[in-house]
Amino acid sequence: MSLLSVRDLVVKFAMRDQTVTALNGISFDLNRGERMGIVGESGAGKSITGFAILNLISRPGFIDSGHVMFDGMDLAHTSDKALRTIRGNRIAMIFQDPMVTLNPVLTIGQQMVETLQAHRSLTRRDAEKIAVAKLREVYIPAPEERLQQYPHELSGGMRQRIIIAIALLLDPQLIIADEPTTALDVTIQADIMELLLELCQSNNVSLILITHDLGVVSQMTERTLVMYAGRIIESGRTRAIINDPQHPYTQGLIKALPQQTLPGERLKQIPGNMPALSAIPPGCPFNPRCEYTVDRCRTTIPELVRVGPVEVACHEVQRMNRDTETEEQTA
Amino acid sequence: MSNLSTNPEKTRMQKMWHSNIAYSFRRNPVAIVSLAVFLLIALSTLFAPLLAPFDPYDMTQFNILDSELPPAWEQGGEARFVFGTDAQGRDLWSAILYGTRVSLIIGICAVAVQALLGITIGLVAGYVGGRVDSLLMRLADVQLSFSTLMVAIIFLAISQALFGSETFNEYALFILVIVIGVAEWPQYARTVRATVLAEKRKEYVDAARVLAFGPLRIMIKHILPNSISPIFVISTVQVANAIISEASLSFLGLGMPVSQPSLGSLISSGFDYIFSGSWWITTIPGIVLVVLVLVINLLGDWLRDVLNPKLYKG
Repeated sequence: MSLLSVRDLVVKFAMRDQTVTALNGISFDLNRGERMGIVGESGAGKSITGFAILNLISRPGFIDSGHVMFDGMDLAHTSDKALRTIRGNRIAMIFQDPMVTLNPVLTIGQQMVETLQAHRSLTRRDAEKIAVAKLREVYIPAPEERLQQYPHELSGGMRQRIIIAIALLLDPQLIIADEPTTALDVTIQADIMELLLELCQSNNVSLILITHDLGVVSQMTERTLVMYAGRIIESGRTRAIINDPQHPYTQGLIKALPQQTLPGERLKQIPGNMPALSAIPPGCPFNPRCEYTVDRCRTTIPELVRVGPVEVACHEVQRMNRDTETEEQTA
Repeated sequence: MSNLSTNPEKTRMQKMWHSNIAYSFRRNPVAIVSLAVFLLIALSTLFAPLLAPFDPYDMTQFNILDSELPPAWEQGGEARFVFGTDAQGRDLWSAILYGTRVSLIIGICAVAVQALLGITIGLVAGYVGGRVDSLLMRLADVQLSFSTLMVAIIFLAISQALFGSETFNEYALFILVIVIGVAEWPQYARTVRATVLAEKRKEYVDAARVLAFGPLRIMIKHILPNSISPIFVISTVQVANAIISEASLSFLGLGMPVSQPSLGSLISSGFDYIFSGSWWITTIPGIVLVVLVLVINLLGDWLRDVLNPKLYKG
């Protein structure tokens, strides 16, 4: 049985004069110890998926329908009290910017002890011991001293390590990492990702990695979801998606990677912008930007269908594949 | 651990000495002088019973023959009464010491009441938001639309009539604290709410929610400490305001009774004699009041500049 199973999750935001749909029927499964990436542009609904799993969508957003089954419990329809035993304790979350995720007026030690004591009945001394052990696990030098320090005394990479240590404090089964390295510089990004990967593997923790960096996804995860305008448009094994993307949007994303361009050449990009949630076009949400659009794309929303090793939501997958094949043959 | 906490006292003092605030304080002569003057006033009122040559509350010590004596340096002044005496023959120096004490106590306690009410309401309004926020803030608007003095005058007049002036005089201090405290809470509530709204959006609050901390814990332990600097700033200004409010009310005869004068009631009691040449009864407590309020405001200004570096210094 899978650890987390999201079914037809719909999240809406009540605006002044209308209700917009931020997540439109998301379904996926995640096994114990499995690592999954969620990629997509800003505003595709990646972060909202993360918060929706913890049922922490704050007003004006709300979970409209669907289920989030975590270990036999439906987090989307559970009391706040029961959710508290899950949040932080069994599902932890890591945020984008380590500069603002730690409370600036509390020492590292206070924050770690507080987290531990909120979920376990521990004495201060025992909590500190666990904190030190966890800091050691994330390779923080001189962890005893760090406990006395305030967040501003530490570098960004160090802070993100501490945040990871806090996420691991209660030995969660699932970590949701929401762009954990976007705010860090490139050399530290690699370190942090490696650390996260190592910790997930050694503790058999599942990971949902929310990012827009396909490179990171390919190194870190076994499975990938590609999201666009609140829908999953492609899902499957990461390697399959990276090597042979089916959806025109995923193809565009991969073509847009700077590595795919020769020096001196213009970077490729997907024309246009993602539609605002209040103005999603009828039919396939990607149709105005897609080069394969036909009439059906403008009227009918494509379902996820299995194409080879992946699932794709596109009407024109077959034709597109034929085209690419002939293209490759002529080339 | 052990090598860290070998000398916590010293490191803490050193830390404070090297902190931003201490540095900016050392570099700011206005702040230094203001704090020095404020401490001088505060300490002398604290030790008023030791410093004052007479007990201004003990009417048996007054001698009507000593009434309206000018300050010692004026012609006709006596060395016993440095700042002269008032119409009852009470030593003005002693009365000022005790009066400033009363003014300061009322100022600080009233601000404590304001802070308690305002911070609680502001935190709840800002954090909970929605209808609760609207309701509480409209309440604050209603409160603000009446001027402090008006509310205070109505309330004090009613309670004076209700309890009779005997009882009223006995509890005047508490009543003043509560009236000034209640009348000015929206200042705090608005400031706190605004900061809470800004802090609430920061990721550490999300992080705390993800860790399943309850709303009360997030409000008090996470958001409030991060909102403390505007609270400090507003507190200094509000202490000065509260002292002025108290002085105004006492001047109008609605505050402290003449038997336990505050600075305001001293000024008021001398006002009747100012045209008969006894200027000192009004002027000297007046100067003390102005200096006290001025130094508190200057300290507040300095604090605002330090804690709010982005603020444009006009």
